[in-house]
Amino acid sequence: MKRTATLLAAFFVFLAGAAHAQLTIEITGGGANQIPIAVLPFVGESALPQSLTEIVEQDLSRSGRFRTLFVGGVNPLPAEPSQVNFDEWKSRLADALVIGQVQKLPDGRFEVRFRLLDVPKQASLAGFAFTLSATQIRLTAHKIADIIYEKLTGERGVFSTRIAYVVKQGARFELRVADADGQGAQAILISPEPILSPSWSPDGTRIAYVSFQHKKPVLYVQSLAANRQPAPVANYKGSNSAPAWSPDGKQLAVVLSKDGGSQMYLMNADGGNLRRLAVSDAIDTEPFFTPDGQSIYFTSDRGGSPQIYRMPAAGGDPVRITFDGDYNVSPRVAPDGKTLAYISRANGAFRLMVMDLASKQTQPLTDGPRDESPSFAPSGRVILYATDLDGRGALAAVSSDGRVKQRLTIQAADVREPSWGPFPGN
Amino acid sequence: MKKTLIAGFAFALLCGCASQPAEEAKPAENRTPVPAPAPAPAPVTTQPAQTPTVQANPLKDPNNILSKRSIYYDYDKYEVKDEYRPAVQAHGKYLAEHRGAKMLVQGNCDERGSREYNIALGQRRADGVKRMLLLMGAAESQVEAVSLGEEKPRCTDRNEACYSQNRRSDMLYSGEY
Repeated sequence: MKRTATLLAAFFVFLAGAAHAQLTIEITGGGANQIPIAVLPFVGESALPQSLTEIVEQDLSRSGRFRTLFVGGVNPLPAEPSQVNFDEWKSRLADALVIGQVQKLPDGRFEVRFRLLDVPKQASLAGFAFTLSATQIRLTAHKIADIIYEKLTGERGVFSTRIAYVVKQGARFELRVADADGQGAQAILISPEPILSPSWSPDGTRIAYVSFQHKKPVLYVQSLAANRQPAPVANYKGSNSAPAWSPDGKQLAVVLSKDGGSQMYLMNADGGNLRRLAVSDAIDTEPFFTPDGQSIYFTSDRGGSPQIYRMPAAGGDPVRITFDGDYNVSPRVAPDGKTLAYISRANGAFRLMVMDLASKQTQPLTDGPRDESPSFAPSGRVILYATDLDGRGALAAVSSDGRVKQRLTIQAADVREPSWGPFPGN
Repeated sequence: MKKTLIAGFAFALLCGCASQPAEEAKPAENRTPVPAPAPAPAPVTTQPAQTPTVQANPLKDPNNILSKRSIYYDYDKYEVKDEYRPAVQAHGKYLAEHRGAKMLVQGNCDERGSREYNIALGQRRADGVKRMLLLMGAAESQVEAVSLGEEKPRCTDRNEACYSQNRRSDMLYSGEY
């Protein structure tokens, strides 16, 4: 199993769709070398108001790294490894098998136990029990999918992470937070004016964003637990935009024009202790911290065209990073610090690129023509970005090796400005 | 325990957000083109530009250069082209002569490219207009330059005719935005 996993090229982990104004997902590319896995319905699962194993199966399947097998005709369903007919699953070509059991507890909650089994070795790879209420079925399913994904691929899954994005419907703007599969979307801000640049705090409790409700760009940091918009953290004369969190969650790098031109500043997450990060005659914008917090990547036109630079977070001389073409913007560093995702314009098309920061080798991940706002999954394996679908904004995701692609759309609405949240419990 | 906490948090989020729409749904207070509603209680003598008068308002008179409020740009460019200089200079002079008047310069971009970079590009366009206004005698405190980036397009078709309308700075007096 492990060998199979390491042979796999890097893949996917993402998302879904549903009811009214939810994101719907379409897989536009698939991976080879998928792990064949059978997710059996759990014994007693019908006691739950909604199927849990279906969600687990969908998560795994959408990741592009698994091939989920037909599981019909198994009677009785096994609840324990001793009840599994391994020879049958071998003949069905399953490498892995998921079994489990659901019990209703006296207090109305449920206990779910599951096991992940290695079919060729007839061995248990993982086993966990969860106690949950009826409202936690989706979350539990995502957590089970994460455990399976990590055991079989050796990488952390992102099924139980969340994403934020902006939806424009007519003259109405909504900042929404949803599960990574696009389900369970909730608006945390609704405004008649544009909303831009949402960015998750590293602990996943707050989102920084730009709102135009004061008829100009003003910066906010909103707690997800609060049900109202707080006071701005930066509302200086001129424009206030491009928030980026430091990895420790204590500081924001922002762009203000209060002293003339678009220039970078650092401030505490509550807006206090504002100080200038750099001084230039040029546009300096789109700051992004490296995962170690030591450096900041940003976009500047100091060389005559917008290009990406890196500078020490404590201040100091910038180093130019991009040289090909005359428009390279929106730098985002991968969680491992080794890869840079950015947007590059070539022949009028805006494409998502990645650069290996050690070798400086670049690779286009998309063809454009209107791709923007890249955001890495916390695993670094997938990049979410904004794209254009028949004249409407949509979200898309691509594995960081470019092999698996997915598209997320909402009927009759523009979707834009995606931001992938951190791992839960960070 | 951690699982329960996370689940609980997700649930809190679910509940917390339900009331949000009402909270944020604000009336379009800025849409009403009532002439100078806010400055009205202020001493009339200090607000000549804002006070509705019987005579033609020079800022609205189509025969007056002060009625010209927009500056248009080439793609990726931010210089005020020669054809727009007389209008910007006239507004600078007007501001110098009407110290009670306040102006917001809004820089705009077409929709191509990074939204945040377009905020910066629109800011540079607005800053360029502001600089010219100050050179003509307007005071720093009278003028605020802001950027709307590509977020408030006047025209939404995808062609150059439309893009060229959106690459624009607008000069707006109090009560006009």
